[in-house]
Amino acid sequence: MSSELPSMDPLLSVRDLRVSFGAVQAVRGLSFDVHEGEVLAVAGESGAGKSLTARALLGMPPRGATVTGSVRLGSDELVGAPRSARTALWGRRVALVPQDALSALSPVHRVADQLAAAVRSVDRTSRKEARARAVAALEEVGIPADQARAYPHEFSGGMRQRAVIAMAMLHQPDLVVADEPTTAQDPQTRRQMLDLLARRTGATGTALVLVTHDLDTAREHADRLLVMYAGRLVEAGPVEEVFARPRAPYTAGLLASVPGEGLGAVTYGAPPRGRGRPQAAGRFPTAPPAERLAERRRLPAIAGAPPAPTDLPPGCAFAPRCPLADATRCRTEQPEPQTHDGRTVACHRWRELPDDPAELFLESL
Amino acid sequence: MSPLLDIRELVVRHGPRTAVDHVSFTIDPGETLGLIGPSGCGKSSTAMAVLQLRRPDAGEVWFDGQELTALDERRLRPLRPALQPVFQDPYGSLSPRHKISDAIAEPLRVQGSWDRTTGPARVAELLERVGLDPAHGDRRPHELSGGQCQRAGIARALACEPKLLVLDEPVSALDPSLRAGILNLLAELQERLGLGYLFICHDMALVRHFCDRVAEMREGRLVRTTAVTSPSPPR
Ligand code: SF4
Repeated sequence: MSSELPSMDPLLSVRDLRVSFGAVQAVRGLSFDVHEGEVLAVAGESGAGKSLTARALLGMPPRGATVTGSVRLGSDELVGAPRSARTALWGRRVALVPQDALSALSPVHRVADQLAAAVRSVDRTSRKEARARAVAALEEVGIPADQARAYPHEFSGGMRQRAVIAMAMLHQPDLVVADEPTTAQDPQTRRQMLDLLARRTGATGTALVLVTHDLDTAREHADRLLVMYAGRLVEAGPVEEVFARPRAPYTAGLLASVPGEGLGAVTYGAPPRGRGRPQAAGRFPTAPPAERLAERRRLPAIAGAPPAPTDLPPGCAFAPRCPLADATRCRTEQPEPQTHDGRTVACHRWRELPDDPAELFLESL
Repeated sequence: MSPLLDIRELVVRHGPRTAVDHVSFTIDPGETLGLIGPSGCGKSSTAMAVLQLRRPDAGEVWFDGQELTALDERRLRPLRPALQPVFQDPYGSLSPRHKISDAIAEPLRVQGSWDRTTGPARVAELLERVGLDPAHGDRRPHELSGGQCQRAGIARALACEPKLLVLDEPVSALDPSLRAGILNLLAELQERLGLGYLFICHDMALVRHFCDRVAEMREGRLVRTTAVTSPSPPR
C-alpha cells in the first residue's frame, strides 16, 4: 500500500481529542487523520491512553468518561452525538475487533447463529439468507461450513479470533479498530490474525486502526505509525520512515532497546534424529565461546517507567526519562506536535537528536 | 568444570500425552541457555521438571553434582532454594497483600536464615541490587510499576542465594520501555554472581541477544541446539 497521503478528504478526522475521568485526563489533546483503506498503528505503553482513544474513535467511551474535542467519521461527528446515533454506526460503519475474542462471542449460541443475528441486526433479510451470509463470511476467514455451527468453546483460540474478524467485516464497515492483547500471546498466532485482518480490510478498502503496545506489530502491518506517551502524540509518520529515522527521543529509545534481527548464530550440535532414540545422555557439545557473551550484551535502555495519568510531571511528560531533556523548556512547557515533510513530532529538541540515538540510551546505564 | 545443571533423557507425561520426550541438555555456571519453541512444545513442562515442581516420569536431573531425581522430598528440600523461578507476570508472583520487603524476607524466614538484626539490612541490600529504593520495600505490588514488580520478584529469588534461575518469559508481559532495563539487570547479576540461567522465551531475536546457547523444542523434543557466537547488534 502506498504511504503517500491520498489527496481526498480523510475518512476519520480526530481533533484535540480529550478523554477524562473526573479531574484526571487520560487522553490529552490528540489530533490525527485516517484515510480510506489506510492501516494506522497507534502504539503506546500502559497508561498511554491508546485503548481509550480506540474506544472514542468508535463512539464507545467507557462509562464515566468525558470526551471532548472532535471525532468525525465522514460527515458524522461522534463526540457529543446521542447514544442512539452512535450505536447506529456500530457494525455498519465502524466495528471493533476486541482484545479478547472469547468475550466478544456469546458462549450459549452457535457461532454461525451469532453472525446471522449480526447480519439481521443491520439488514432486513430472511433467516435463511442471513444464515447463508454468516456461513459465507466464516468461510472467507477459513472456517469451513461444517464447523460454522459449533459453539465458541469448541473452537481453538485462533478460530475464535477469526470468527470475530468475520463478524466485524460482515457489513464492510468504513473503519475497523483492533485492540491488541497486551499479554503475551503466541507471536505466530498473533501475526496470522493481523495478517488476516489486514487482508480482509484491504479487500474492501476498509480503514484499519491497530492499537498495539508493540512497535514490531506496527512495522509488519501498518502504513503509518502514531506513537503515544502519557495521553499525547509523540511522533507520527509513515512506518518505514519512523523506523529508519525516529525523531522523538522516546521512539528512538524504544527502537534502540530492542535486540536486532539476530545475526551471528551458528548451528553446531546435530539434532537428535528418530523419535525416542536415545542419544548419549546430555551430550550436546558444550558452548564453544571461551568468554561468555554477558559482558557484551547490554542493551540501550530507557530509564524509569511511564507516569500514571494521575501523576504527570510538568512540561514534557517524557522529560524525567529523556537523556536529551534540558533543564528549562522540557521541564516547564509541553511540546506541541509540529509537522514537517509528512512527519509529525512533539519534542522541543528533535533537531538535536544524534544520528545514532542508541548511544544516548547507553549512557543512562 | 562440571555443568551446574545436567538434564538427561528427561520425560514428562501429561496423561497419555508425552509433553517432554527424552530431552537432554546442560547449563554451566554463568551460562545462559535459551529454550525456545511454539506454545505447547514442552518448554514449560521442561522448566517445571528442572525446578522439580513436577517430578519427571523418566530421566535424570543433575544439579550441582547431585541427582535430584533420586532424592525424596525431604532430602530435596534443602537444595530447592538454589533453583529459583522468575515468572512472566510480575504481579502474579507476589502476594498483593504483603509489602515488598516482607515478600523478599519470606524465603529467608522459611529457610530459617532470618535474623532480626541483620535481616532488614539484607532486604535493603537486595532491593538496591535490583535497582529499587529502600522506600519501595514499604509498598505493595499494585503500588509499583510492572518493571519495579519484576525487579522485586528477582530480589526475592536472590534472597535464596540461588545458583540457577529459571526465567520464564521474564519480560514479555512488561511494557516495551521497561524490558531492556530488566534484561540488563539480569545480565549484570549473572556476571556478578555467576548464576546459570534457563531462559524461556518465544522471541528469537531476544534469545539470540541474551543467551550463550539456544535450544529449540518442538512437540516435546529438542530439535536443535545452537551456539550464539556474537551478540546481535542493536538495530
Ligand atoms: S521535549 Fe525535551 S524532554 Fe520531551 S522528548 Fe523532547 S527533549 Fe525529551
